[in-house]
Amino acid sequence: MSRVLVGVKRVIDYAVKVRVKPDHSGVVTDGVKHSMNPFCEIAVEEAVKLKEKKLFKEVVAVSCGPAQATETIRTALAMGCDRGIHVEVTGKDYESLGPLQVSKIFAALAKKEEASLVILGKQAIDDDCNQTGQMTAALLDWPQGTFASEVEIEGDKVKVVREIDGGLETIKINMPAVVTADLRLNTPRYATLPNIMKAKKKKIANMKPADLGVDIVSRLEVLRVDEPPTRLAGVKVETVDDLVAKLKESGTI
Amino acid sequence: YCLQMLYTRCRLGESQSFAVNMFKGQINPSQVFPFPSVLNEEQTQFLQELVPPISKFFEEVNDPMKNDSLEKVEDSTMEGLKEMGAFGLQVPTDLGGVGLTNTQYARLVEIVGKHDLGVGITLGAHQSIGFKGILLFGNSAQKEKYLPKLASGETLAAFCLTEPSSGSDAASIRTTATLSPCGKHYLLNGGKIWISNGGLAEIFTVFAKMPIKDEKTGEMKDKITAFIVERSFGGVTHGPPEQKMGIKASNTAEVYFDNVPVPVENVLGEVGGGFKVAMSILNNGRFGMAAALSGTMKGVISQAVDHAANRVQFGSKIHTYGVIQEKLARMAMLQYVTESMAYMISGNMDSGSKDYHIEAAISKIFASEAAWEVADECIQVMGGMGFMKGSGVERVMRDLRIFRIFEGTNDILRLFVALNGFQDAGKHLKSLQKAMKNPLGNAGLLAGEVTKRVRRRAGLSTGLTLQGSIHPELSYSGDLAVNAIEHFGVTIENMLFKHGKNILHEQFVLKRVADSAIDLYAMIVVLSRASRSLSQGHASAQHEKILCETWCVEANDRIMKNVRDLKSNSTTQIFKNIKAISAAMVENGGTVSPHPLGF
Repeated sequence: MSRVLVGVKRVIDYAVKVRVKPDHSGVVTDGVKHSMNPFCEIAVEEAVKLKEKKLFKEVVAVSCGPAQATETIRTALAMGCDRGIHVEVTGKDYESLGPLQVSKIFAALAKKEEASLVILGKQAIDDDCNQTGQMTAALLDWPQGTFASEVEIEGDKVKVVREIDGGLETIKINMPAVVTADLRLNTPRYATLPNIMKAKKKKIANMKPADLGVDIVSRLEVLRVDEPPTRLAGVKVETVDDLVAKLKESGTI
Repeated sequence: YCLQMLYTRCRLGESQSFAVNMFKGQINPSQVFPFPSVLNEEQTQFLQELVPPISKFFEEVNDPMKNDSLEKVEDSTMEGLKEMGAFGLQVPTDLGGVGLTNTQYARLVEIVGKHDLGVGITLGAHQSIGFKGILLFGNSAQKEKYLPKLASGETLAAFCLTEPSSGSDAASIRTTATLSPCGKHYLLNGGKIWISNGGLAEIFTVFAKMPIKDEKTGEMKDKITAFIVERSFGGVTHGPPEQKMGIKASNTAEVYFDNVPVPVENVLGEVGGGFKVAMSILNNGRFGMAAALSGTMKGVISQAVDHAANRVQFGSKIHTYGVIQEKLARMAMLQYVTESMAYMISGNMDSGSKDYHIEAAISKIFASEAAWEVADECIQVMGGMGFMKGSGVERVMRDLRIFRIFEGTNDILRLFVALNGFQDAGKHLKSLQKAMKNPLGNAGLLAGEVTKRVRRRAGLSTGLTLQGSIHPELSYSGDLAVNAIEHFGVTIENMLFKHGKNILHEQFVLKRVADSAIDLYAMIVVLSRASRSLSQGHASAQHEKILCETWCVEANDRIMKNVRDLKSNSTTQIFKNIKAISAAMVENGGTVSPHPLGF
């Protein structure tokens, strides 16, 4: 019961107005404000809280990406993680990096670091995949507690309250396990300046996917990215008959 | 204040300050070109990590409207700020602070300025002036004793200079410090008014006068000494919080000292050297004001732009109308100049310059007036909405008013800028005068000076140039600046020839000289910044170029008008009229002319 691994992803800040690149190959990221994925913040907060309750000895923050990913790891360190691991993925590899490859990396690291718990955000706000946690658990053949709004350690088991469409589901799973954080799990703390200063002394290890024996070739190819169609003006009708006529006209019925 | 400031300043060698040299009609580019870039990679990275949490705190936790209506900073916010480390930003890390450089401090203070000036003053009164004296003049015992608790915010600090009869005339303070018979402590007696954090502080930097034996003449003279005073020494009380127009969240109160025993170890700096301590503290913190206000302006400009881009009247979005466009553009220029001044000065200070007092004063005057204008125009763009409490801009406007008054009123600082400049130019002329007495031995120097003057008075260039310092795309604006400096130099000399030492009393002249100096420094600062952006190929470089060019053309016009006015006889008459009007008003206790209706 000693180590928690937390995944943190660097994404375009939630407040930024996202724009599609003129060549429709993706969205504009140059010069755009980036920050830690909000669900990853919640994951970090939960991991640090568990450590503060003395249920775990060490929290390791992991991020996959180019050099700037270390900024996100530092934020996690400032929130209370003990050390970081930066898995370097750059250029075209980074553009095509998706949940399958990331989950392979996390699975390899979870084994290498002998983690008892892997906590991830339920999804990233840039791709909304909601897959990495699930895939990581499957690759490790570990139980998973996804969409967690409550996490409690009971001995060598984890009790997870999950937010599902119908309401709340409570499950108990054995550790080692993968948990993904949902919105209401906690409220992430503010990194204070003294903690940011302390974080400067914490270590961030650097490695490549190949060092973990992971092949990150993508099986997906993005063909085109478009903005959602602009919302057209509506039409007001006077009577139900008019409505039916218009719907027939537009081919809806 | 000005006189004493000048007399206590001892300049050794050639000054590197651009402002000092421009008064002599010279260009010293070393502190202004290129635009300073003083943060190393580690400092930049660290600063980049600090910005998001502080921004987040001010966006999500601090409630400026609540603070304004409560007339105090909410307790939970104060706690959050303390945890955040916001109370010891420039205290060295080994004493519990964040150890920021001036430039890093400026960047963070910008965030505070953008969101809540009331909190800004609470923080600033504490660290920018409240305990700055300990940072600048404290011995290691004093630093170790006081700084850790001040850095954590466990104790708050306040700067106690102003008294009922001593505002701008700081040297006239009456609070006394008398050495006790045992010689171990001083007894402090007196009262201070309008002290920010006065009701909250534990540690006070207090200025009091005491009789000191003048070493040369042997007579006793009253001199000011600075003291670190703890409320726990006993005898320190304070009045209720003042009800103010703005920065209501900041506590402002009277502080009374009744036979407060202050140990002799608590003298800050030299005995009798308190005036210099006070002026250094104020001077050292000035760049912070420009930085904070550049943030304030950015905030209200966003609101104005948001409104102009969405509001439709007469069938079009109002930002398509020329009147609105002019307002927005002028707001942008004023913010650009202020921001450029703030970071140029903080950059100079971080590079070790000790010679920045004129520039700091200029930046305070400019920033406070620019911010007032920008907030005012923002309300105008927003129309009725701007006037409503809910928009938040009226609070910013109320908060801004004090910035033209405290920390040296803009009127006094203008005199300071002008007189300082005259003093340096005067010294230069004096040294020329000396050289004149031995013309053969100084032929080269004199020939050069004569030629320069002849050419200047004929309106010809004297070879002064900014070429090589500024980007070629800005050469027209650069020429305007050089031309303005030449004319300015001539004007300064003419004023000295005309008035000599009496220039001290010619405040109409001094004000116009100061206005020109401010406009000139502003031109140089934007030339430097825009040049850097063009050289570095920033995406915004072309936009900055037109900000710079527009500013320079208009600033140049203003400078030339001031130069003409100072030459013309009709303005001399205007000055006489002004004097007469004012005298009559004082005699009449108000306006003089009888009512048009006769009653």
